[in-house]
Amino acid sequence: MEAKPLWLLAELTYKCPLQCPYCSNPLDFAGARFRTELTTEEWCRVFREAKALGVLQLGLSGGEPLLRPDLETLVATARELGLYSSLITSAYRLTKDRLAALKRAGLDHVQISVQAADAELSDRIAGTVSHRDKLAAYRYTKELGFPLTVNVVLHRANLHQVEALIRLAELLGAERIELANTQFYGWAFHNRDALMPTKAQLDAAWQVVQRERARLGTRLEIVWVLPDYHEQFPKPCMGGWARAYMTVTPAGEVWPCHAAGRITTLRFETVREHPLEWIWRESEALQRFRGESWMPEPCRSCARRAVDFGGCRCQAFLVTGDAGATDPVCSLAPHRPVIDAAVAAVERATAARIAPPSLTYRAAPASRALAAKE
Amino acid sequence: MNPATSAAVPRLHPKARLQRDDVRKRDVLLYPEGLVTLNPTGAEILGLCDGVRSLADIVATLEQRYGASGLERDVTSFLEGLAAKGLVLYGG
Repeated sequence: MEAKPLWLLAELTYKCPLQCPYCSNPLDFAGARFRTELTTEEWCRVFREAKALGVLQLGLSGGEPLLRPDLETLVATARELGLYSSLITSAYRLTKDRLAALKRAGLDHVQISVQAADAELSDRIAGTVSHRDKLAAYRYTKELGFPLTVNVVLHRANLHQVEALIRLAELLGAERIELANTQFYGWAFHNRDALMPTKAQLDAAWQVVQRERARLGTRLEIVWVLPDYHEQFPKPCMGGWARAYMTVTPAGEVWPCHAAGRITTLRFETVREHPLEWIWRESEALQRFRGESWMPEPCRSCARRAVDFGGCRCQAFLVTGDAGATDPVCSLAPHRPVIDAAVAAVERATAARIAPPSLTYRAAPASRALAAKE
Repeated sequence: MNPATSAAVPRLHPKARLQRDDVRKRDVLLYPEGLVTLNPTGAEILGLCDGVRSLADIVATLEQRYGASGLERDVTSFLEGLAAKGLVLYGG
């Protein structure tokens, strides 16, 4: 059956006041490739073309999408088209007036990140004083009648706070809390050995999640994004390559996920040069790993290939240098020993009480320095 | 959650929106990070959940529309399924 996209993640800008060291944006976000942002008219055309292809869910993300002064116009266009829009934001300096304007424009749902349960740790991880703004924005969100998702990226420095984070989301009246164990792409891959938790940390947090799910029922949905380095099988990444999901970057490149631009062996087309429909259906990069014919062994004959779609191509590229390899986190993959070694190194260092390596925060100067080194 | 009585007034949770999917020629219920695909009957039931009509009113309207009877169990179980996902709420 022909793949029709359901989800569009619109990365409106890579500018961001926060500097989280696990940011999923490209390491070279400050470079020329992403500099010339799409105009309001170009984004509106992307939304129209996406809707015509079958998209129903729109994520407005970044960077920090609030930095786009035309956000209200983009939301209004999405609403006219019948797209369900989610604002994915840090809420830095978000005022109630701005949020009310977005509500009037037709925004459906607000997702606000928090870096930890307390201000001191949250601000330290964000690299920017922002926890107080977030708490205020959570209140505005509920006062204006939005459904609210609290999003937390979990790693070695905040996994012990899972219970406090769930209690915070409950207190705020959130509908959902996303506890997203760090996926190692972009800045998180660069900082992997500092961010990776121990097995004991993950086990303890998972116990809390199960207990809290039983206590809260449908009152608060607790989403637990699996820490895939510690799993036996890969995640069904994006539900399969270019199957239901696409990301459009600030300068208009179309990716099958928000990390795929890192795969240097693929050429991604832009909405400035081609209609979205052609890019989705015909472009070489989106066709490359669709379906099952690209799969090597052990995926090709594996019963799980319809469950996990061969896992994640970006992870394969980052770890093995070959985007067509079996996802290295799979216990059947030839490269699994590389993952096991990374996990074991963290366990050994923790047992020996060796401090984790220092973090590289996500910021334009660091981005340019890293790009120059490559 | 107790099963809804026929006097209960079902309504969509404010986070959920009924939307026509023109590309796939079907109706869907959209909510944060997800969707439920509806068959024509399901979409019709939800279209009647206006926060005014009771469960009994909705069943009576549908039975009249189709010249049918005994629809109560189907309507109730459809709405219970959505209530379990937190997408339908009941008022009294």
